[in-house]
This record gives sequence, structure tokens and C-alpha cells, in this order.
Amino acid sequence: MSAPVFDELEVGAVVAEREITLTRDHLVRYAGASGDFNPIHYRDDVAQSVGLPGVLAHGMLTMGVAGAVATDWARDAGWVKDYQSRFTRPVPVDAQLGALVTVTATVGALDVDARTARIDLKVVFDGSTVLGKSQLVVAFA
Amino acid sequence: MVNPDVQGRVYPSTVPYLVGREKVREFARAVLSESPIHHDPEAARAAGFSDVVAPPTFAVTIQEATLAQLLADEEAGVDFSRVVHGDQRFTYTRPIVAGDELAATLTIAAVKQLGGHSMVTASSDIVDAEGAHVVTAISTLVVRGEE
Repeated sequence: MSAPVFDELEVGAVVAEREITLTRDHLVRYAGASGDFNPIHYRDDVAQSVGLPGVLAHGMLTMGVAGAVATDWARDAGWVKDYQSRFTRPVPVDAQLGALVTVTATVGALDVDARTARIDLKVVFDGSTVLGKSQLVVAFA
Repeated sequence: MVNPDVQGRVYPSTVPYLVGREKVREFARAVLSESPIHHDPEAARAAGFSDVVAPPTFAVTIQEATLAQLLADEEAGVDFSRVVHGDQRFTYTRPIVAGDELAATLTIAAVKQLGGHSMVTASSDIVDAEGAHVVTAISTLVVRGEE
């Protein structure tokens, strides 16, 4: 796969799509990598005691894997200047089945003078989007 | 309720965090990021960086120490068991690379009360060993009110 070329990008074009089955293994790995050891991300009993259906994915894990879809597309063509998301819905992760999440990355806007591309990330779990206004800005070299 | 008087409060700079190459790789694996610039120093150098580049959400690991300051501030009154992460933003001057020594300064940008909940906007400015800005990490924390 070759890196994208700024001058060839078009607003509205889907540049990457990925289906990811998040499992409890991913949550444990992310807890260790990030240092976020909130037990609602690995203990059903704790999650249920605060009114949740069960263990949830870290919002920052969902945001992280969505961002990776964009950065894997961008490769070494640029670097990320800005990345934002709202956490609009939780992602419960079943102990056996995990949680199937789909990520679609679309060119949302281009700034020709600054040579930046805004990539809009749509992240869907169980038929609903789980991140709002998830936008990542790549600065091209 | 979160104390509205903490709006504008600035906390002391955190102890510098040394960004390790293996930590960057570990974080990149955890977010399923395969781009060679996160894993291979040669690929990162070829792209113009001094070492492996951290994924954009990596800054949360440095911001974490500042949020711990907020939670430990009894005057602020943030009950961690009632906190929900509302939104998150990272605005970079340059990417984080392995070898960076980063310190963060937290400012409470806003405290709002909304329908029984409190919303705290926590803004952490992260600078390198020379004091140059690298990234600002902004979180909105929603603190659910008592039933």
C-alpha cells in the first residue's frame, strides 16, 4: 500500500474502512498500554454495580482504533495535527463474542494552503454511531 | 456538584515523562495501529522524525497525571465514581516521538452545571524539555449528580 498524495484527495471520498472485533483481550492490552485501569473495563461485577450492562470498551480505545484507521491510511505522508471525538454511546464488550465495530474514514475537508486534510471518522456499533464529531486532521508534508 | 470556584485554577507542572520507544510501540499495538512510523525507527527517520512517532491519542498517557491532580483536589469535589468522559481533543504543534521528555500543566478551563450534572473542561498543555509546546489535551468530564 502506498501513501496518499494530497493533491489527489477529494472531499467526500471514503479513504479507508475497517471492521474490528474488539475483545476483552484488547481491553486488557489497552489498559496496560495506557495506564487506564478503571475496573469497569475488565470486571463485569464492578460495571454492573454502577448500572452498566457489563464491561465497556475504554472510550479512548474506541477513539484510538478509529484514529489508527486514518493513520494507517496516511502512513508517512503526514502527521496528525488535531484529533477530537465526543463519546456519545458506550460499547459493551461481550466476554465471548466481543463487540463488532466498523470504522469508515472519509475526507471531510481540505485546506490547500495549509496542506491539511480533515478525515471524518464514522464509528458504528450495533447499528448506532458511538463517537460524535470524530475528526482527525492530517498535515501533509 | 463540582465546585464552580475551581474554574481558572492552574495546577503545578507534572514530573517529566520520558517517552520510550517500546512504550510507543506497545501503545500503537494496543490501538491496532500498523503504520511503520509508529514501530520502525528507520521508517520514522525516513519520514523526517528523530524516532518512532506516537499515535495521536498517546498524549492521554501524559495527560493522565494532570487528571489525577484534579481528582485529588478535595476543593474541586470531583467524585471519580460518577465521572463519564464526555469528549476529548488533542491539538498538536508537532508529533510526540520516542525520546521526548514531556511535562503537563492542567488548567480548569470551565465548570458548568447542566441539569443536575457538572461539566468540567480540563485543558492540559504538554511541553518538551526545552519548554516548547507539543500538544494540548482537552477533556470534558461529565460528573453525574446524586440521584
